Amino acid sequence: MKKRSLLQRLIGAPYVLWAAIFIVVPLFIVAYYTFTDADGGLTLENLKSLTEAEYRKSFRLSILYSLAATVISLVIAYPFAYVMSRKRERTQKIMMVLVMLPLWMSLLILTYSWMNILERNGLVNNLLTSLGVKRLNLIGTPGAVIFGMVYNYIPYMILPIYSVMSKIDPSVLEAAEDLGSGGVSKLYRIILPLSMPGVVSGITMVFVPSVSTFYISQKLGDGKILLIGDMIERQIQAQNNYNVGAALSLVLMVLIVLSMALMKLFAGETDDNLYV
Amino acid sequence: MKKTLGNILMGIVYFVLYLPLIVMVFFSFNSGRGTTVFKGFSLKWYAELFSNSDIMVPLRNTLLLAALAAVIATVIGTAAAVYIYYVKSKAWKNTLNTVTNIPMMNPDIVTGVSLMLLFVFVGRLIGAKNSLNFFTLLIAHITFNIPYVILNVLPKLNQTDPHLAEAAQDLGSTPTEAFFKVVLPSIMSGVTSGFMMAFTLSLDDFVISYYTTGATFQTLPLYVFNMVKKPVRPHIYALYSLIFLLVLAVLLFTNISGMKDNKKKKNKSK
Repeated sequence: MKKRSLLQRLIGAPYVLWAAIFIVVPLFIVAYYTFTDADGGLTLENLKSLTEAEYRKSFRLSILYSLAATVISLVIAYPFAYVMSRKRERTQKIMMVLVMLPLWMSLLILTYSWMNILERNGLVNNLLTSLGVKRLNLIGTPGAVIFGMVYNYIPYMILPIYSVMSKIDPSVLEAAEDLGSGGVSKLYRIILPLSMPGVVSGITMVFVPSVSTFYISQKLGDGKILLIGDMIERQIQAQNNYNVGAALSLVLMVLIVLSMALMKLFAGETDDNLYV
Repeated sequence: MKKTLGNILMGIVYFVLYLPLIVMVFFSFNSGRGTTVFKGFSLKWYAELFSNSDIMVPLRNTLLLAALAAVIATVIGTAAAVYIYYVKSKAWKNTLNTVTNIPMMNPDIVTGVSLMLLFVFVGRLIGAKNSLNFFTLLIAHITFNIPYVILNVLPKLNQTDPHLAEAAQDLGSTPTEAFFKVVLPSIMSGVTSGFMMAFTLSLDDFVISYYTTGATFQTLPLYVFNMVKKPVRPHIYALYSLIFLLVLAVLLFTNISGMKDNKKKKNKSK
């Protein structure tokens, strides 16, 4: 082994510095704002204020809706990824690009388009009236918000599940069949355990952005449904109350770290390197 | 039976995925002012797009920001990946990897708010009136881009043969020459894909930009977000229809050239 050159020693300096200042320090700043008041004095008031009914409701709704969105995404994405992984290789490639394409567009503009489709004289309601059904108020309902979350983030569920499934060796499945495994036991004993790492990362990739969103609830919830993200936005952007905004962000971060730890406990130790 | 069910599921998912895109393109040709009632076919919104400086400024800002952020993030990120690759201490390597993961794991809103609070904090310390501006936005974009560059470059480094650089040094090149002439070319594909990823992430980012930009510098996603307080006009749909066309063209181009490459490889192996 050659001695490490000066270049190899210094080459990391910009990033180490950058990461320290702009990744690590900001987390401490969030903690600082959480535990101080506007004048910089130590306080627990910011955290205490989060127990007010309004905030409690936003936490409850955020968790509830994003859990619903995650489950719905999983239920749709899992069979979707399975069907996709059994297609011919070229078809798989094209299908993957088609799943990714909306992500390359701005999700913001697509959410607007959904507003157009779901609003009171939008596409869906016009279709309903032509069928003789009364117009429905779709915008502003929990259903619209959950739908928005599923629409925005389902590609992130399909992607990792597909990527593990496409790597399952067909001969493993054949061996299972030869040893007498039927459809159901093949699914439970082989496909499900082997695709677990993809499911785990899919759940994370849908839950985290859903639980912290604010524009989906703002646009499709018509401002009537306030999630944690909306509360943070209101404190920071409208009321300039950085301290309560920081407290909300800190609690959101802790919430996410806890739910990830919980999920790892549930899913068991999954070794990502083995299959992905 | 099973196959039909699978195909029906595929059909429904793709229909729902593309419905808003279709609606967007459709209403971009609307001769009316709104985006719910189609009054007739017209290209006037496309014409307005190019005469309307209102939208050209955010578009130019977005491209400028994404290009700058992606270039800087690619340089710092590639260097960081090379550094992480050569680090010997396991504990230090783990620390670096964990810190690199933070911006990718944290929700965007937390990344945005935490950076904003840092800028405000420093701004107050030095007594600046406005602590948010173009440079804070640029710093934020570089910060969330670097981890994705590292993510793309590090696997390529792991694939390269470490003896290659040593051989170059045995043959008389300095370590620096060995890096630029041997290591860098072999990880170039990772560097390029890292750059592309950083660039597109920057183009699209709304949440982090929303918290870290000043009042004077507006990007396209911010423009779109603020616009909806007024009713949406079809010109924004026209713009995004063009962007959609561009994305489609790039995807087709890269996939076709990718297929040709594969063919070449296959022919060679014969």
